[in-house]
Amino acid sequence: MGKKGIISFLQALGKPLVAFITNLGYFTRFLFKSVYNCFMPPFYIKLFWRQFINIGFYSLPVVGLTTLFAGMVIAIQTYSGISKYGAESAVALVVLISVTRELAPVLSALMVAGRIGAAMAAEIGTMRVTEQIDALVTLSANPFRYLIAPRVWAAISVMPILVLFGDVIGIFGGYLVSIYKLDFNPANYINNTMTNLQTLDVMTGVVKAAVFGFIIAVMGCYHGYRSKGGAQGVGEATTNAVVSSSILILIFNYLITEIIFSR
Amino acid sequence: MADNKIEIRNLYKAFGKKKVLDGLDLDVRKGESLVVIGGSGTGKSVLIKCIQGLLVPDCGSIKIDGKEVVGTKEDIHQKMGMLFQGGALFDSLSVWENVAFRLLEHGNVSRRKARVEAIRVLRQVGLAPDVADLSPAELSGGMQKRVGLARAVISQPEIIFFDEPTTGLDPIMADVINDLIIESARGLGATTLTITHDMASARKIADRIAMLYQGKIIWSGTVKEMDKSDNPYLRQFISGSSQGPIKVEV
Repeated sequence: MGKKGIISFLQALGKPLVAFITNLGYFTRFLFKSVYNCFMPPFYIKLFWRQFINIGFYSLPVVGLTTLFAGMVIAIQTYSGISKYGAESAVALVVLISVTRELAPVLSALMVAGRIGAAMAAEIGTMRVTEQIDALVTLSANPFRYLIAPRVWAAISVMPILVLFGDVIGIFGGYLVSIYKLDFNPANYINNTMTNLQTLDVMTGVVKAAVFGFIIAVMGCYHGYRSKGGAQGVGEATTNAVVSSSILILIFNYLITEIIFSR
Repeated sequence: MADNKIEIRNLYKAFGKKKVLDGLDLDVRKGESLVVIGGSGTGKSVLIKCIQGLLVPDCGSIKIDGKEVVGTKEDIHQKMGMLFQGGALFDSLSVWENVAFRLLEHGNVSRRKARVEAIRVLRQVGLAPDVADLSPAELSGGMQKRVGLARAVISQPEIIFFDEPTTGLDPIMADVINDLIIESARGLGATTLTITHDMASARKIADRIAMLYQGKIIWSGTVKEMDKSDNPYLRQFISGSSQGPIKVEV
């Protein structure tokens, strides 16, 4: 490779690297500003409740359906996987642990990222390209406190509730399959579930949910806030919000699991 | 000068390699209506965004009432109002909540009082009270401009910015908006800075006109002076000719 080749190779490498570092800088600044303004008055309680209902109440069906089928699948898979070892009684335990620790928080978060993260990016993105965010500033309202803080607080506080709801529905899904498909004894199944129920398992899911809620809101708001260029820009912001929050959810899921369980 | 409301010196702003403002100097006197004209993409919007702190200039000075505002932490927007090109009304709020936004945010007034005040200002701009509870999306372009104007003037600002106030309107509605701009500004005794490329609008509302070209103010004067001027750039812009010193990038 000649000298020219090396230079063009370095240029090709440098351009995306500079873009990446620039975006990382923008994001870090946005993140700090968001967190700072979450604790600064005025607090828009009405806007918080609007987001709370929007994220929480209207996500119940999708979270319920997702966790129901996840619980059902886990029951069948566990049974088919371990029945040859004669350990059917473990089905309740596996459903309980996998739903509360992993499936309910992760699947709910991915669903909410698709539903709410995208909506946040689209709404804030549209506000950006139609100059509504500039209008907020000219009316002496801080966009971080007016738009972002209520969404972040609402997502952090409602996601744990959604996940607790998902826990119940997911375990119920496992119960349905175990009783009506695998012919387990209902009393034994419920007894197995209740004796194995650990606070740590449920709390793990709740902690994950709060972190995932933060990720969904921040990524949705960030991509919306930085969008430009009209409808196409808003479309890109929506896609980026969902993709980046989904990836971060999976990464943080691993990190939190490692912190709590790898002792 | 003491009677300058806004004083801009040596203002630079670039986006990447594209220099938008290139050492711009501009004074807006107290109580006057200054109209900045210039082609699309010449940096008119960037200029008012810099004055309002929505964009940070690369260097230069902007003083309002003699006080430097570049990089200031003070809330400079209290004495400003702005009519955006597309209205920039908040979709999530009703018309009256849009108009009364500043009162509800900072005015320590009850919602009922704010609503009454919003309806009063809506009337001033020629809108009936039954518009108050509609959503902005239900309004026509002209009505949205009026609501935007009402929102800009409700807190009786000292400076009002108009960003292309007549763009997208039919000529009659444009003239109605021009009249409303003149009335509201005179009623408040406010200083106004308008950016437009609509010469009919500029002639009607301007006390003074300034022309922006390649990041600098290349000419300024009254409407009468403009008609007499033999500045080739200005002449080409007024006549709307594609032939002349201003080359349009295609």
